[in-house]
Amino acid sequence: MVKTIAEINEKIRQGKAVVVTAEEIIDIAREKGMKKAAQEVDVVTTGTFGIMCSSGAYFNIGHSKPRIKLGGGRTYLNDVQAYTGLGAVDLFLGANALPDDDPRNRIHPGEFNYGGGHVIEELVAGKDVRLAATAYGTDCYPRRKLETWINIKDLNQAVLFNVRNAYQNYTVAVNLSEKTIYTYMGILKPKLGNANYSSAGQLSPLFNDPYYKTIGIGTKIFLGGGTGFITWQGTQHNPDVPRTEKGVPKTMAATIATIGDLKQMSPRWLIGASILGYGCSLTVGVGVPIPILSEEILQYTTVSDQDIIAPVVDYSDAFPQMKPDVLTEVSYAELKSGKIKVKGKDVPTASLSSYPRAVEIAGILKEWIQAGKFLLTEPVEPLPGVESGVTQKPLNERPIEY
Amino acid sequence: MAVSKRIVLHFPRRLVERPIIYRLVKDYDLEFNILKASITPEEEGLLVLELKGDQKEYDKGIDFLIKAGVKIQALSQDITRNEERCTNCGACVTVCPTGAFKLEPKTRIVLFDNDKCIACGLCIPACPPRAMEVHF
Ligand code: SF4
Ligand code: SF4
Repeated sequence: MVKTIAEINEKIRQGKAVVVTAEEIIDIAREKGMKKAAQEVDVVTTGTFGIMCSSGAYFNIGHSKPRIKLGGGRTYLNDVQAYTGLGAVDLFLGANALPDDDPRNRIHPGEFNYGGGHVIEELVAGKDVRLAATAYGTDCYPRRKLETWINIKDLNQAVLFNVRNAYQNYTVAVNLSEKTIYTYMGILKPKLGNANYSSAGQLSPLFNDPYYKTIGIGTKIFLGGGTGFITWQGTQHNPDVPRTEKGVPKTMAATIATIGDLKQMSPRWLIGASILGYGCSLTVGVGVPIPILSEEILQYTTVSDQDIIAPVVDYSDAFPQMKPDVLTEVSYAELKSGKIKVKGKDVPTASLSSYPRAVEIAGILKEWIQAGKFLLTEPVEPLPGVESGVTQKPLNERPIEY
Repeated sequence: MAVSKRIVLHFPRRLVERPIIYRLVKDYDLEFNILKASITPEEEGLLVLELKGDQKEYDKGIDFLIKAGVKIQALSQDITRNEERCTNCGACVTVCPTGAFKLEPKTRIVLFDNDKCIACGLCIPACPPRAMEVHF
């Protein structure tokens, strides 16, 4: 049994496609068997909703009269600095950007109440945002100062562009030290006081297509409540890692870069995040449809939390010091039970990504496809796979001699 | 005049092992009921007390606590969750010292039980979308 994406799209157009979520497929395959399930099911939808730091957006704000060249000057959106090293009125805003006067960690742990991620959320919500810019002035762009309200509906382009999203697996963070630490994996209490993880597990997109046989460059996806596309491998893409028998990476592996029109997204699926003692970020909703082209692909989508293993890492020492030490490995089923065993101790667990929202995303994507509103795309290029030689290298620091 | 009040005490680490509550009984003749006791991530002591006694002695007792370096909050402070903003991530679950957040095992929805909340405020900056709100 082999199906093509074109055949599945034809069924979607006719409203006949069978679409289920990556959670539902587990029981369906168990009841019907892989073969029958693969014949009957056309698409499995996935979802994840978590803090994804390497997210951002770019804008073209339109030319003012007289003209101003923001490029090379300074521009702030609600006091958060945007990147201006682009053409005249193009800007990029990263989710981690902070206002100049934010106290950061001067009083540790800093609260990081407002940053780039929050500006993106407010823009998407349709709120006016204050733009303040200074420029150096040229003969063709004479203006040196600009202060104005902007609104997403007036911008020429407002595009979410995330260079790393939807990590395939993630470490579980704990703290072996004697004091509380404040990390991007949340508050970690001393002496193994708690363990935080961040993945939707069995619903997470890349766990359901572990060898990237259907997900690739050009894949149309749910992004921030609207539709978007995978543009490239995400930064730190690292497919060649140890895997389980079923092919599931046992540690952080693939990532995707994503893009989509911010104007059709929603603040329910793009939420500014404040991470105590760490910084600001953006919580992003991503959902990827997986076409069931063969029994093999169906099998991958039946992955469940018991099959997914994550490494437990000490964020007081091993992580900051770039040591490879892993304390133990645990399954997502164990993580979701509420406690895991680390060094003989029961450690309570908490998730940083929202499973209920991941379920909702997979459900929305399923509805879109069932209603014929969302057709699948054929990837134009696969993501680099295990054999590609793409790896994540550490920085090779070379001292500069003066 | 006799009073009975519920208060939250935050002890800095240096006071955790000192017999402060004992002094309330001995020097100010106050009766107490421990409603909750725990150690926060900062290793601060956190104690929710019901204190009973004469109003004057009660005031003196509170004064003594403040001078000793204990931070005092009335328990009337109310913590609520902005349901619109909560994403049900679960980051608050292990932060709360009293277990006011519980996961619904099947859906993974995070339930908030206001009755268990002692208004310590720890969850407020720990919640990434800032869904926990304090009302005075
Ligand atoms: S940390 Fe905040 S958003 Fe997450 S479950 Fe708790 S209250 Fe909700
Ligand atoms: S304020 Fe928050 S952390 Fe403190 S007891 Fe209430 S719910 Fe728990």
